Amino acid sequence: MAKSLTQEFVKGLWDEVPPFRLVLGLCPTLAVTKSIENGIGMGVATTFVLVGSNVLVSALRKLIPSKVRIACYIVIIATFVTVVELLMQAFAYPLFLKLGIFIPLIVVNCIVLGRSEAFASKNGVFRSLLDALGIGIGYTLALMALAAVRELLGTGHLTFWVTPIQIFGPSFQPFKFMIEAPGAFMALGLMLCLMNLAGKK
Amino acid sequence: MREMIKMIIVLTILSCFSGGVLAYLRNSTQDRIDNQVLEFVKGPAIRTIFEGASNNPIADRFTLKDGDVERTFFVAVYDGDPKGVAFETSGKGFGGDVGVMVGINVEDDKLLGVSVTTHSETPGMGARAKTDPNFVSQFKGLSVKEPFKVTADGGSINALSGATITSRAVSAATTDADKIYEKLKPEIDDKLKAFKK
Repeated sequence: MAKSLTQEFVKGLWDEVPPFRLVLGLCPTLAVTKSIENGIGMGVATTFVLVGSNVLVSALRKLIPSKVRIACYIVIIATFVTVVELLMQAFAYPLFLKLGIFIPLIVVNCIVLGRSEAFASKNGVFRSLLDALGIGIGYTLALMALAAVRELLGTGHLTFWVTPIQIFGPSFQPFKFMIEAPGAFMALGLMLCLMNLAGKK
Repeated sequence: MREMIKMIIVLTILSCFSGGVLAYLRNSTQDRIDNQVLEFVKGPAIRTIFEGASNNPIADRFTLKDGDVERTFFVAVYDGDPKGVAFETSGKGFGGDVGVMVGINVEDDKLLGVSVTTHSETPGMGARAKTDPNFVSQFKGLSVKEPFKVTADGGSINALSGATITSRAVSAATTDADKIYEKLKPEIDDKLKAFKK
């Protein structure tokens, strides 16, 4: 059941989109999606780590002894996460302040380790790259979608980059609870429901 | 046995490589990160204190040794004269240390302003020390000669209602700052000459 290269890429965008289909990586999904800006930031950071670790794991897959493979993967992933953390502090400090602890926590994100173990350790470098890009972009889009719903209902505006864009007029009463934790669960549940309905044959 | 050695070698090489990359990256981003932290964590506080200054107080700074702690002083220039210095001290609050940026006018030894930088006080209670401008503005224009106390302790600062401990922490930090200022005044004056334009 070998897939074509395009399929490897596209599967991450719908069939295996992490938070909704695989239901993985939920901790940052629920915690940081208060604004689209946060969603994009988290998504891009995770994509970078995914691409880096997938490529490296795939390139080194013949060298890494299977008994210590998880330890090796974690070293590789942790390195990339620290790289992201340092770069974000140096170039996008306000975003770093908002995402806070969730950047270092990418290390333990199941998506990243999951792709290394389930995909990159068994496939070639190019395929792993496509897989990581697909999953990463899918994850970013999913975070954005979730964040858009929560931010729009919770505050009445959307923040793509730094300045919020007002969508609803001043008479709109924001559902404050949508940007709190319970709102995250509700939004995620409804999204899952919609995606299942859309995928039903 | 062979497998064991291979495992050790692979992990060692991988870890060394990772350590090397991170050390290099840390070295090359260190300055930028320090600047970003100053800009976004202390910057807002410094800018409120030095409202109307003609220079960039975050770029114009110097350090002095106070005993064995090194303190950073930020300089404000008004009409070509470096009149203000600000530096950070801290007081014991309800949820930990409360960092306070204290700005002093070196010409008449009066406070230019006080602003809270970092804290872990209760939101809506002690956290108002940072968000409520009416509280910190009480310090403005007071002379550094006297210690600051909240009214409950016989002083002149009206504490935030429900947050006496935080108010005390800010007062204590400001009093501390005055002591440091008095002690280092000759050196501060000396350093400030360099910023004259």
